[in-house]
Amino acid sequence: MATVIEPTIFELSTPGRRGVKMPASDVPTTALPPNHLLRSDLPLPELAEVDVVRHYMKLSKFNYSVDDGFYPLGSCTMKYNPKINEDTCRYTGFLYTHPLQPIETVQGNLALMFEMQEWLKEISGFPGVTLQPAAGAHGEFTGVLMMAAYHKSRGDLKRTKMLIPDAAHGTNPASVGMLGFTVITIPSDSRGNVDLKALEAACDDTIVGMMLTNPNTLGMFDENIEKVVQMVKDCGGLMYGDGANLNALLGIVRPGDLGFDVMHFNLHKTFSVPHGGGGPGSGPVGVSQRLVDFLPSPLVGIVEEDDDDTAPLYGFVTPKNSIGRMKAFHGHFGGGLVRAYTYIAMHGPDGLKDISQYAVLNANYLQARLRNTYHVPYDRICMHEFVMEGQFEGSDIRALDIAKRLMDYNFHPPTNYFPLIVHEALMIEPTETENKDTLDRFADALIKIADEAKREPELLHEAPHITPFGRMDEVKAARELVLCCWLPENYETMA
Amino acid sequence: MTYIPISPAERDAMLKTVGVKSLDDLFDAIPKNHRFPELNLPPALTEMEAAAHLGEMASSNENVREHLVSFLGAGAYHHYVPAVVDHMLRRGEFYTAYTPYQPEISQGTLQAIFEYQSLMATLTGMELSNASHYDGATATAEAVNLAYAQFRGKRKKIVMSPTVHPQYREVIRTYSQGMGLEEAGDEPTSSELSPEALTSLIDESTMLVVVQYPDFFGRIHDYTKLIEDAHAKGALVCIVANPTALLMLKTPGEMGADIVVGEAQPFGIPLWYGGPYLGFFTTKKSYVHKMAGRLVGETVDSRGQRAYVLTLTAREQHIKRERATSNICTNQGLLALAAAVYMSTLGKSGLQEVANLCYQKAHYAASELSKIDGFGLCYPDPFFHEFVLCTPKPASEVNQYLLDNGILGGYDLGKDYPDMQNHLLVAVTEMNSKDEIDTLVEILQEMK
Repeated sequence: MATVIEPTIFELSTPGRRGVKMPASDVPTTALPPNHLLRSDLPLPELAEVDVVRHYMKLSKFNYSVDDGFYPLGSCTMKYNPKINEDTCRYTGFLYTHPLQPIETVQGNLALMFEMQEWLKEISGFPGVTLQPAAGAHGEFTGVLMMAAYHKSRGDLKRTKMLIPDAAHGTNPASVGMLGFTVITIPSDSRGNVDLKALEAACDDTIVGMMLTNPNTLGMFDENIEKVVQMVKDCGGLMYGDGANLNALLGIVRPGDLGFDVMHFNLHKTFSVPHGGGGPGSGPVGVSQRLVDFLPSPLVGIVEEDDDDTAPLYGFVTPKNSIGRMKAFHGHFGGGLVRAYTYIAMHGPDGLKDISQYAVLNANYLQARLRNTYHVPYDRICMHEFVMEGQFEGSDIRALDIAKRLMDYNFHPPTNYFPLIVHEALMIEPTETENKDTLDRFADALIKIADEAKREPELLHEAPHITPFGRMDEVKAARELVLCCWLPENYETMA
Repeated sequence: MTYIPISPAERDAMLKTVGVKSLDDLFDAIPKNHRFPELNLPPALTEMEAAAHLGEMASSNENVREHLVSFLGAGAYHHYVPAVVDHMLRRGEFYTAYTPYQPEISQGTLQAIFEYQSLMATLTGMELSNASHYDGATATAEAVNLAYAQFRGKRKKIVMSPTVHPQYREVIRTYSQGMGLEEAGDEPTSSELSPEALTSLIDESTMLVVVQYPDFFGRIHDYTKLIEDAHAKGALVCIVANPTALLMLKTPGEMGADIVVGEAQPFGIPLWYGGPYLGFFTTKKSYVHKMAGRLVGETVDSRGQRAYVLTLTAREQHIKRERATSNICTNQGLLALAAAVYMSTLGKSGLQEVANLCYQKAHYAASELSKIDGFGLCYPDPFFHEFVLCTPKPASEVNQYLLDNGILGGYDLGKDYPDMQNHLLVAVTEMNSKDEIDTLVEILQEMK
């Protein structure tokens, strides 16, 4: 039986222990519903407050986080999460407003949302923005729904194919699959751009459009972007931009200006909303003029114009041919929009440009320091991230081993095995919030690991060594599928 | 340069290593005519200025803690959140970590999610839970995705009670517009439909029946018979449940539900003007491979220690791409933690007290309100903490009158059900004192 480092909250439970108590009832007692409508038992944990705190404190220490150190996870933009955001999003006026309150009582919230829509339009060059989608993938699905609705509204029903480059995020084809469209994969050329010949061959009047991440997942800005957009448009297709990599483009170029029709923002990447161990994120979507009428409902608009004496009255408006509602209520207001609003307000136009310039500088600096040790298959000036191969000729060391060994040097590993078009890919995104010393220590560690790979490969195969946990038996997890619940008989020999 | 820690000298040294002269030279691949646009945005604020500016925006709202006494629920509920919850959420180790792709250094997040899954499965009486969805509405839409995948598109009818939250029904319609589904039951005029009447709509082409518990009008139905009837036709049944009510009521699992979803905002998550919230999704083991969303499973590490990993990832978008059940690639990690800490801190007894207070205060309010001339309960059915009050004037007018008196009234059902203009959905939780309820009654007595 396995050694247990920290029992689960169920195992820590002892009948009769109490945590936080509720006040006694101050109203006359009403009989409960009849027994057949009541649950027979509520087998939930019983602990004192201090035990709960120590349990979750202990768990927190098993995590590596941005607050702990460098987290160069490619395509995830693990930048520093400013502490002021954690305060502003908890201001009483934001925390304690109900989503169905009359608009006259929540003008502060609506003004913030309205301004956020305007700011995102300005940053991206799109005339329309919805704040509703809950995450990047949700924004993508929103975008694809709008593309489908656009063609349908024109009676153009033969369009069922979506062009997606081979370097794309897996969510792109999955979003397309949710609408029953077919995916046509477009290869990349030797410089990491969309292969124009392949695009020309695939582009016809049956395409819904193209979903392009730019910069792509190789960290490359497509050098033919204007041609690509024009070719798709000439076929009557719509151009989707995956905004996962927007951290490279703030004040650098606006996707709307390049001719894109739709793009989702990841407020949790570009605009410093913390990732929270996997969410909540926030995935607003911007659209070109031809899609503004299809945006999800509702949007925030001005329902009564201002005059000399009064501020405008903000409220909700429904686009003419809206695809409908993507989630309950109004998007990830508190945890998403307020944090991102704070961040943008504290940067202004020049500060936003600094973000992207330094994100790109940091990535290029690391690439320059590492390209003599690791093979960089698409070796040119990169944007905010780059991809190198985690393998060496004549060695059985794999990207996974290098990733795990980096943990022994107190770094979070880069994204590995993605994009799929690079063998043993290590995808490195340093972000703008790291200093040169950190980047140097990271590069030094990777260079040292390359040396270890030659001299002591077992050091890498068995890594990590200094973390509280070693490598996991993933096969056992999938085969035995223990997903839930404490069964006392399973833990008789618990340590 | 707000959060950029690079000095001018370091920048120059780095540019030299890269082999370019200036920062601008890094962007030669960008089309020149669109490079470096001037952004028309307000100039940067310092932290002190931003704090003041955001503070002003927040305080221009009327909130339910300082300004308004609230009896508004309808899918978002004002509950007490023990202090411990936010203290744990503010641990940087939790909130500044990514999805736990590297389990050796993510056991905190992974074990917390495993515990969340266990707590939600226990609460709903189901065999397993996923790691959560965006909110209750999208979790319900994912139940439709599961059913669609389960029948491989061969059954295309969903029977949806009109007393499922109107916004959840809207989201299902949005999500499913590429599936060519037939929808039955979901008519605003059929608001009186009972579970029995719903049964008559279920046939051999029905893939999923969706009902809410307690329903949008607050009524408690035992769906056991409906579920038996649906199963007899081979259809799956999804119950949209309120988690606070489940602390007291018979579980959907006991009724035989196949999928239980809902909004776990009442468990430690602030109202926050509607989000982010926490969609929960629990089901039976037999549907695990068709279920969307992240899943944490138990295993051991190379040192023989019990540990947790993301498992069954082969179902997910980054492997299956366009054949994936859903495009979901995250959960609401931090808010799943909030729910787990909420449930642990209150514990079995504290949670039972919350449920009992909600029930008792709602029943006191219902009883007192129905004594007012012209007012009465619209339905005789048992309820938990929310009920429909029939009002002598349109509910919108009642609400306006209450607002003028500092009370955020209930939800005006006429907005979604055209034949229910005089129906007010009232929610009462442990946050409402007897004094507040008595004040509500007094004000309505005075309404002309």
